[in-house]
Formats: sequence, structure tokens, C-alpha cells
Amino acid sequence: MPINLEIPKKLEAFAQQAHDVAEHVFRPISRKYDRAEHQYAVELDMLAKVMDGMREGAGHGVNGVGRAKHHGQTNGAAREVRNGSNMAAVLGMTELCWGDVGLALTIPRQGLGNAAIAAVASEEQLERFKGRWAAMAITEPEAGSDSANIKTTAQLDGDHYVINGEKIFVTCGERADAIVVWATLDKSKGRAAIKPFVVEKGTPGLEVVRLDKKLGIRASDTATIRLSDCRVPRENLLGNPDISVERGFAGVMKTFDNTRPIVAAMSLGVARAALERTRELLAHEGILADYNRSFYRAPAAEAELYRMEAELEAARLLTLKAAWMADNALPNSKEASMAKAKAGRVGNAITLRCVELCAGAGYGETELLEKWARDSKILDIFEGTQQIQLLIVARRLLGKSSDQLK
Amino acid sequence: MSAIGRTLSVLTRVAGSEFIGRMGLRRPAQELASRAVRGGVALGEAATRGFQALSGLTEPARLSTPKARDRFDLIATDEQVMIRSSAARVASDHFRPAAMGASEACSAPAEVMAKVEELGLTHYAIPEALGGAGNESSPVTGAIVAETLAHGDMGLSLAALSPVGVVNTLVRWGSASQQATYLPAFLEQGGLPAALALMEPQPLADPFSVRTRATPARSGFVLRGKKTLVPLAETAKLFLVSARVEGNRIELFLVERDAPGVSIQPAPAMGLRAASLGCLELADVQVGASALLGEGRAGAFYEELIDRARVGWCALATGTAQAVLDYVVEYCNGRTAFGEPITNRQAVAFMIADIAIELESMRLLTQRAASRAEQGLSFHREAYLARVFAAERATQIGTNGVQLLGGHGYVKEHPVERWYRDLTAVGLMEGGFVV
Repeated sequence: MPINLEIPKKLEAFAQQAHDVAEHVFRPISRKYDRAEHQYAVELDMLAKVMDGMREGAGHGVNGVGRAKHHGQTNGAAREVRNGSNMAAVLGMTELCWGDVGLALTIPRQGLGNAAIAAVASEEQLERFKGRWAAMAITEPEAGSDSANIKTTAQLDGDHYVINGEKIFVTCGERADAIVVWATLDKSKGRAAIKPFVVEKGTPGLEVVRLDKKLGIRASDTATIRLSDCRVPRENLLGNPDISVERGFAGVMKTFDNTRPIVAAMSLGVARAALERTRELLAHEGILADYNRSFYRAPAAEAELYRMEAELEAARLLTLKAAWMADNALPNSKEASMAKAKAGRVGNAITLRCVELCAGAGYGETELLEKWARDSKILDIFEGTQQIQLLIVARRLLGKSSDQLK
Repeated sequence: MSAIGRTLSVLTRVAGSEFIGRMGLRRPAQELASRAVRGGVALGEAATRGFQALSGLTEPARLSTPKARDRFDLIATDEQVMIRSSAARVASDHFRPAAMGASEACSAPAEVMAKVEELGLTHYAIPEALGGAGNESSPVTGAIVAETLAHGDMGLSLAALSPVGVVNTLVRWGSASQQATYLPAFLEQGGLPAALALMEPQPLADPFSVRTRATPARSGFVLRGKKTLVPLAETAKLFLVSARVEGNRIELFLVERDAPGVSIQPAPAMGLRAASLGCLELADVQVGASALLGEGRAGAFYEELIDRARVGWCALATGTAQAVLDYVVEYCNGRTAFGEPITNRQAVAFMIADIAIELESMRLLTQRAASRAEQGLSFHREAYLARVFAAERATQIGTNGVQLLGGHGYVKEHPVERWYRDLTAVGLMEGGFVV
């Protein structure tokens, strides 16, 4: 098949469903839950049910990230190119975040922990944790971007691991049914010893300490949790328990390779929302960005719209490429980071610029533009900051280890 | 050598290449060869001297559009992989070593251009009915070729692709008689040097605001005006000139170099010097009605032509930007300061990462526009955005390429200063290579 960068019809239909949710469920309650921080959006329970149905119908999750099946043959000619669950997840998430980033983050059973489970769990674990809403806990007060430096420990004691430590910035940490907690089996063995554990809510020793107040994505709860001698069954360790240097930190990284394009997609969605609304508002002022004027003859505001649209389209295509690679089992660590870096910074820059261009309407609370500009900032931070993405890209390009290029 | 002999000799060289064998591409190569020969037979029967029209062709011959597809896919076809590998060899073995000399001389060496001819680009651009080997129209392949060649050198690529752009334009929009008059000459040994002449001296580079006038006269038109940054000024025998007819209607005219009133002067610029840029003056040049491209329907396709050429520029920019990236990775990894490679520092490493990110963005924007064009979908928006993006990012990559080499980037010992000059063109050039 020849090169084609259009979205296939079946995925377009899927994205349209997500768009309907964004438009008819998220947008009407967007401002409400921005103001009512920490209040659970009860409208989402209904939505979660609908989405389970949609998911079964479509064969892939809106937020769930799939593992590409390896086709077990190397003959290029016979290879069938797939547009699968990773691309679907990117498209769905873009639409949901066009509606509201905070709400998209707090859809029941669609947490980042679910993505981790999808990426590294065994078949038995996949079955056992099916239908569970799983949050993800990596960051600690003293370990942010350097997640290899986490201090939370897990010690084997009979049939259980005993987990001790504190985790911050746990999205859905209060609302989820379970939390995927990353802890080290042996601090002296470095990143190779860091493993993910599914900790079910209600497990003695697991405590939600507090909820943070934030710049944006207020509809999403962000929790600090503490684990004090928290005992979890040993079969809740996701993936392989061996401390092998080769596989090492690969679990975390594998999760991120799959979820970085999803976070990039979130940025695409909120930025597109801002850009679309800005175009509408500017159209009332006679600014029409219809690609008919020579760029250098266009008014500054029109040229700005073109520039933002071009940047957004660039970020969108990088994101689709990373997802497409994942769907086809092509190693995409560099591409996933490129997409996340580009989409993160472009999305934030666009939402901020739109506030500026729309002036009173942009900065005031009558429109959602100022909210989008607050929401977008986190997308250039979580799941790896801009700078971490650049490090990953640079190390790959330059053939450097993390000891050489720090 | 006969036309069919030439076609065969080109294809034999391609088909026998070691690379093709290694890549398991013999079959697509043979497929291409058989198609080319079918075209070659028709050509063999036709006398193709001067600009005399081939007789017997009453309808224009067009290339077909490939089948629509419904799957996101970034993998090039076997044919594209093959063409890309041949083009890559020309770029690395012939363009790169000749680039600096060609830039100094403001001229593309004949022996280098002969290597391009072996790629058979014009043959694949011309339909079988007109003696070529072309079958389907593929702007994607065009973009791939442009990107690959520009990795060697942008100026030489422009020199090589400028005639192909004219061919693509004639195949897509030319009348039967225009095709029959000019296209066979492109298949001759040495091809037909030809160029689009769309740029004018005034600032803001707006191809839709044309000052060159075409005044209707008894037997055709009288052209008056000035075109700048015209490629192949040294050698071109045929120009496609944009001119305003009545009010703001823009038409394109086929103007032969030898027509009275045509004068062309070398006018070197900051970069793209190997393409022998020049200034074309039209002092009351009389052309017949047959010189009007597509029989005066340019209103319907002028914008598309500009868009296709913009895709061409974005593809050229992508190739040269990739050259910058490859070069700075190697240079900066080998450059030591303060006791360690400078790439151990984030300030340097992040600049390189950003080059890679913006470059890949440029490539994907270009491919999307090209692929939409190929499928017959609207692509004006996509070409416009790709151009807006490339204009800014290509220049940025050019300047960062020099910056990363420091003082060494500023001297001609390294190619980055040439890429700096060439990449600046992407923000302002129109015409060039129509994919």
C-alpha cells in the first residue's frame, strides 16, 4: 500500500463517538468541575457505562493502550500494516480532551494504571484486573523526573510484598479501585529492581493523605498517598519479578512508550479546542484564515492562526506516527518522545496564544479559553517533562547513555 | 543510440544494481523495465527532433491516479524504495562531492547531471503514450526523490528537478499539442533544460500578485515583465512563465529561450547557486495562442501548481535539513571541549534533538500534502501549512547547524554554511520542482 496519512474510516467513526462524548457530556460540565475542585463528577459514572459498551463495540479502549501482536514473520512483503488500538487511543483521547482534559483523566476504568497493566501484565493478571479502575503512582517527593531514584520499597515476606513509601501526584488516587505503585525490590540494584505492584483500595496500610489544589485539570483528583507496611499478594507484581539488568527498567519505559503518544494526544485535543474557538471569535472581527492569502500579506492575527495550525498539524502527525509504530510493533521510544515533546510545547503555546489573541474573551471566565491555557500546562510536564523527552530523543540520536548525557 | 535503446540501457543499469539484488527488489525492477519498454516501442517509431509536434495524438496523455486507500501507512512502496536507493547513491556519491565546486561556479557539472539522467526521472514522469515509462502520477515519489537528492545538495537538486517539474506540469495540464511538441525532447539524450519562471523582483513573494503582463494580440499574446531566481538560466531552452492577462487572471505561458525579446542574465543569489539562478526579461515577447498552457484554463489549476511546487520545496528542505542533522550529530559527538564531547551537554544535545523533531515534523507535513495530492484529495490547506512550517523551521535548522559548529560552521571547510544559505530559500521560493 502506498504512503497515506489519512485516518481510516473505521477509526474516524470511533473518534466521532469520542467527540460526541466530549461535546455533549464534557463541555456542558467543564466549567462546573473546574470550579468545584475535588468534587467527583457523577456524570462520569453514566459515561463509563456507555464507554464500556462503545469499547466492546469498537474492539479497543478509548484510553486503554494495546500491545501490538507480533506477526511472527520477517518477510517485509507479506507484512500487513495495522491501524490498531494505539492509534484508536490517540484519536479517542484527542477528542475527549477537546472536550475537557481534567474530565478525560478521571473517566472510571481508564486510568494510567490501566495502561501500565495493559502494557506489562501477564495474561492471568490481565484477566484478574479486568474492569478495575487503576491509578498510577510513580513520583515521590524526592524523585520526579528521575524515577529510577524512587525510595518506596517492596519486600517479599511469604506470599506478600510489604510496601513502604510515599507517592505524590497520583491522578485518580482517591477515586480509583486500585493503584499501580512502583517500588524497588532492592535499592542497591538500581533501576533494574523497580517493579510495578497493583495495590487494591482498602488494603490495610494504604492511605490517601491529601488532595492537591492545582493550576488546571481540577476535575481530576491528584492525591498524595502513603503506604505503611502495606501487604499486597505477590501475584500482584506486574510482569517479571526477576531483577535482570537487561530488562531492568524496561517495564516503566515500556509503559511510557505506549502512553506518551496518549498524553501528546491530550495536548492536541485541548489545543485544537482553543484554536477552533479562537478562529470563531476572530471571524467576527473579519479575520478569516482560509489559506487564500499569501502568508506575508496576511494580517498578523491571520498569520498567527496559520502558524499555530501548522504547528498543531506537525504535532498531530508525529503523534500518529508514534502510535502507528506501536500498532505495528516497531520500536518507537524516540518517536514517542518526539511526539510528546512537540505536542506538549505546541499545545501549551497555542492555548496561551489564543488567550492573548482573544483578549477579554480569552482571559475572562465566560469562555473556556483561559481554562484550556491552564489545563494544557500539565501536559508538558507529566508522563515526562519537555526536558526529559528531549533527553530521551537526544540520547537516541547521539548514541549516549544516561551517564554521558545527564 | 535509439530511444528504446536508451531506455533499456538506463533500466538495465538500474535493474542490475547490486543494491536491488540485496534488497530483494529484482521483481519490481523488472516490472518497471517492462513498462518502460512498452513506452519505448511507441517512442522508437516517432521522430523527435526540435519542437515539432508528434503527430497522431489528439487527446492529452495523463498519468492515472493510484487507487484510494483506507489505512494510515508510512511505508514506502517497493518501487519507491528502489528509486530512493538509486537517488541516494547519486546524492552521496555525486552531489555531495560536487556541491561546493558547483556553488562556487554557479553551475551544475555536466557529468553530475548525467548521473541524474540515469535515474530516468523524466521517463517515469512521461506517460507511455508519449514515449515515456510513466504510468501513475505519484507526488509522494516526487517528494521522496526531492528529499533524497537534497540530502546531497539542494542547488544541484533544483538543477536536476527543475525540468522534471516542467514535465510534470505539461503532463498534468498541457494540451495534446503542447505535450506532443515538448515532451519528446525531454526524453532525448541530455534531456531538455527547462524551468518555471514565477518569481518576480518585488518583495513579499506572492505568486498570486503577478506584475508580468500578457496582452492579447492578433495571433496570441505579447509578454512583458521580469522574472527572478529562475533556475537553469545558463542552459534552459524552455520556460513556463506566469503572467497576468486582463485584470487579475493569471495564466502560464510556454516561452522558448530563442524567442525574440527574451533575454536572460545570470543573477546569483545567497544560495542554490549550483542551479544557475538567473533573471529572465521579457521585452514584448510575441507568443502564439498555443503557448498558453492548458488552453487558458490556468485559473483552474494555477493554485494547484503553486501548491505542488510548495510540496516540492518542503521535500527539498527536508532532505537538506536531514543532511544538517546527520552532520551535526557526527561533528558534535567528535568535538571535545572542557574535557568531554560537547554532546554531553544539554545545551548542545537539546538543540540537536529539536532539529530532529522539527525535521520529522516537516517530513510528515510534506508527505501528507503529497499523499493527498496523489489520491486526488484536496491538499491546498496541507500544502499551505507545510510551507508555513518549513519556511520557519528550515531556516532555523540552517542557522542552528552553523551555530553547533561554532566558528568552524562559518567557514567553507564544512558544508553547513552552504546549507544555511540554501535552507533560507524555502521561505521565499515559488515554482522550482512541481511534484
